[in-house]
Amino acid sequence: MPIVIENMSHVYQPGSPFKADALTDISLTVNDGELLALIGHTGSGKSTLAQHLNGLLQPTSGRVLVDGRDINEKGADRRALRQRVGLLFQYAEYQLFEETVYKDIAFGPKNQGLTGEELDKRVREAFALVHLPEETLEKSPFELSGGQMRRVALAGVLAMNPGVLVLDEPIAGLDPKGRDELMQIINELHEKGVTIVLISHNMDDVARMATCVAVLDKGHLAMFGTPREVFSRGDELNAMGLDVPQTVQLCRELRKGGLQVPDCLTDEELADAIALALKGGNVNA
Amino acid sequence: MLKDITLGQFYPVDSFVHRLDPRVKIILTFAFIVGVFLGGGLTAYLPVIAFIYVAAKMAHLPIKMLMKGIKPLRFILIFTFVLNLFFTGGDTVLVKAWFIVITKEGLMTAIRFSARLVFLVTGASLLTLTTSPVVLTDGLERLLSPLRKIGFPAHELAMMMTIALRFIPTLLEEADKIMKAQMARGADFESGNILQRAKAMIPLLVPLFVSAFRRAGDLAMAMESRCYHGSEGRTRMRVLKVTKNDYVAALAVAVMIALTCVM
Repeated sequence: MPIVIENMSHVYQPGSPFKADALTDISLTVNDGELLALIGHTGSGKSTLAQHLNGLLQPTSGRVLVDGRDINEKGADRRALRQRVGLLFQYAEYQLFEETVYKDIAFGPKNQGLTGEELDKRVREAFALVHLPEETLEKSPFELSGGQMRRVALAGVLAMNPGVLVLDEPIAGLDPKGRDELMQIINELHEKGVTIVLISHNMDDVARMATCVAVLDKGHLAMFGTPREVFSRGDELNAMGLDVPQTVQLCRELRKGGLQVPDCLTDEELADAIALALKGGNVNA
Repeated sequence: MLKDITLGQFYPVDSFVHRLDPRVKIILTFAFIVGVFLGGGLTAYLPVIAFIYVAAKMAHLPIKMLMKGIKPLRFILIFTFVLNLFFTGGDTVLVKAWFIVITKEGLMTAIRFSARLVFLVTGASLLTLTTSPVVLTDGLERLLSPLRKIGFPAHELAMMMTIALRFIPTLLEEADKIMKAQMARGADFESGNILQRAKAMIPLLVPLFVSAFRRAGDLAMAMESRCYHGSEGRTRMRVLKVTKNDYVAALAVAVMIALTCVM
């Protein structure tokens, strides 16, 4: 279920004194099984872009194609689309409302028209994916910690069996443990074949997990490519107020010190590169 | 969708009218309303219309913006007009058909009352469109502060209003976000009968209330940690001052009222 965005622009409140260009002429493609990381400074239009992917916002101009069909054309079934493209909002724990975690997770599939055993199966499957203790299912979502609530919200989206999952800063405001657990869950989902669009400020996660990276700058698509391509342009990223991963940062510093290592994206890769460079005796210092 | 709701919306430009002292503006708005009610005949409304037009022009307000305030009143307007038209007795009968009797007096009263309503709303809009909510409540607090002597909580009331106004856009945004989040889970807010729609609001209202309480708690904590303790001994950053411009505005309103009374 590839998603293709063609020359899409979005203007908030056109024709009023509050008019604001949120996105300008964006074109990109997300293929099946990819993990696209969407990075950019605060206010660069990441969340706006994410809401276009399942038709919650309609572009002012341009098109969004899911499975080759324009999702905003007349007669397009937006509700069906929203079930195929799951969207987890920023601070998703604030959307929980039911008496029990079970009921909250069931909200999505119920809206899809599922009942009885099928519904129960879906809820339990989705719940299993987010690694929470079994007894949580019958608790009130408001008794849980922030990180647990966020995972319940994720399960609520997963229960609809989406082929594409859009995650808007899923780890914002979580403690390190909660962050690791959530990234682990996202990694597992990606390995299961779910296409993922991940908005993140954590460049280390992006470098480790993403198959492609889109960089937004003031509503424009500034870069689009593999993590290696994008993070090799560190100076440009810095100019946009973005960081490079710590590994790349270290490689740049090492090169300044005279050790010839390429930009590395993972710890293992970095260790090998340093070992190789030291063995090669490329040290000038 | 929810962002389209306008609630006493402030129109953020800089102008003569925007810069007037809020206390003066509030008093003048009341004077304006009294003036509108003093006027009897239809010609008396010409200076009122002229005043609104000139004030809007000076405030750089699009007339469309003012008219938008009348739109929600259209049913009350029609109701007032029709009621006065049919049920005012008089000598000069204009139309008489079946049981419907329309008199000249009825027609005049209908027009007068509808016009008054329109002027009332536009006059009030003129105030809210040109005064930011914070400045407005500040002015209100100062106007009400003499009543503190008899135990009236002027400052507390103004603070509550400021906070309430301050949180309207925040809560609207929050409601918009939660609505979208539930729509992303297949919720349907638009179809079904009244009962179904009311039920569909639960996934929106529960998180909204939870978050409103959380925000209220956070704000109270933040205010207390900065030693907020009500009005006693509190100084202000922006001290209101009546300037020459305010006298000019007062004069303009006085002239308008005088003209309405004369004409």
